[in-house]
Amino acid sequence: MWDMDAARAALPVVLSGFGVTLLATVLGFAVAVVAGLGVALLQRSGVRWIALPVGALAAFVRSTPVLVQLFAAWVLVPGLDALTLGVLVLGLHYATYLSEVYRAGIDAVPKGQWEACTALSLPRRRVWRAVILPQAVRKVLPSLGNYAISMFKETPFLSVVTVDEMVREASTFGSTHFAYLESFTLAAAVFLLASWPTSLLVRRMEARLAH
Amino acid sequence: MAVFLSELGRSLPAIGEGLLVTLEATALGAAVALLVAFALGLAARSRLLVVRGGARAVVEFLRGTSLYVQLFWLFFALPMLGFRLEPMACGVLAFGLNYGAYGAEVVRGAIAAVPAAQTEAAIALGMGPGLRLRRIVLPQAYPLMIPPFKNLLIQLLKATPLLSLVTVADLTFQVDQLRAATGGTAAAHLLLLLVYFAVAALLGAGMNALERRAKARLGTAGGGA
Repeated sequence: MWDMDAARAALPVVLSGFGVTLLATVLGFAVAVVAGLGVALLQRSGVRWIALPVGALAAFVRSTPVLVQLFAAWVLVPGLDALTLGVLVLGLHYATYLSEVYRAGIDAVPKGQWEACTALSLPRRRVWRAVILPQAVRKVLPSLGNYAISMFKETPFLSVVTVDEMVREASTFGSTHFAYLESFTLAAAVFLLASWPTSLLVRRMEARLAH
Repeated sequence: MAVFLSELGRSLPAIGEGLLVTLEATALGAAVALLVAFALGLAARSRLLVVRGGARAVVEFLRGTSLYVQLFWLFFALPMLGFRLEPMACGVLAFGLNYGAYGAEVVRGAIAAVPAAQTEAAIALGMGPGLRLRRIVLPQAYPLMIPPFKNLLIQLLKATPLLSLVTVADLTFQVDQLRAATGGTAAAHLLLLLVYFAVAALLGAGMNALERRAKARLGTAGGGA
């Protein structure tokens, strides 16, 4: 049954893990945002021998389990600390989702914008940086937000490479104090309390950007 | 490599069994998810505020608490309340509830996307709510649901290695045994990723076929009528 004392003891432990969880989410998502854009741009580079392999690799990473990717990276890439490795793997996995999001956003920029750029003979860099990307990113901001929330809820996967995030802390506390019920329930509550308001925020942003 | 290949030959039956467990978990999880998705998705469209609000709350709860935590909660915490489920049942339940909640949004959205005039016409013809849903609305909403359901199905497949963390001998678990036996880490993991990739591709192709058929039946795909 629920033991209030155990819950009180578990709370600080779980919350200390929450800090690592947040850090992993922020860093992982930073990797995903940048690498995802890179993948999207390479796929649109117009150079076949770059676009095809990058696209194939992204599709492979996208449709295989991140847990197995973590296991693989854990034994194949030595010399990285757990958090760095975990953040990189999770970030690159999400980059393959985000590249599709960017692609949709870029495709949604009206053709007239490209034509206007050509008419003004803007240099290619400037076309992307000043015209296309600002409009594309605006369109995909809510999707990016949703993926950030979803990544946040997948950070417990990092515990398999020994990152001491919230669920690993909860698990350790649960096994040493025989208080799984309290520690895991608290971890679930923290996830809910953090992700639900954020998802409401994203939904408001979606409504705002819709018109 | 030679050691790996001979070990691989010896452990092929075990890997096959693991693959079956993974497929079983995916199929059962998807079946539960489908039920949950329709139950919550239809409830979210109810005219009664209590039903609608309740469905909303359940969906937010299931989506907001991480799948990983849900599975571990069912496996580690639930026994402390006096209910012990088989590890596989924990997995199927966690997958079904979590992806079912995501699916509920798909069901709700697809039904909302069927033009209101269709419902109005059905009412004008004197159809009751059940008949209307079954004969008019769902058949038109169904093709819209398939592409997002395909994504969810592949997500679910990709979540099944979690089972290996709660003592289920799934594909990941069995290949990990092979890795431990041979030390052929790179080869074992590459093999594992390739198998998951192949299964995901097959599931995707199956769902694409379902979508084509559903559209052809409605007469919205090229050539059909």
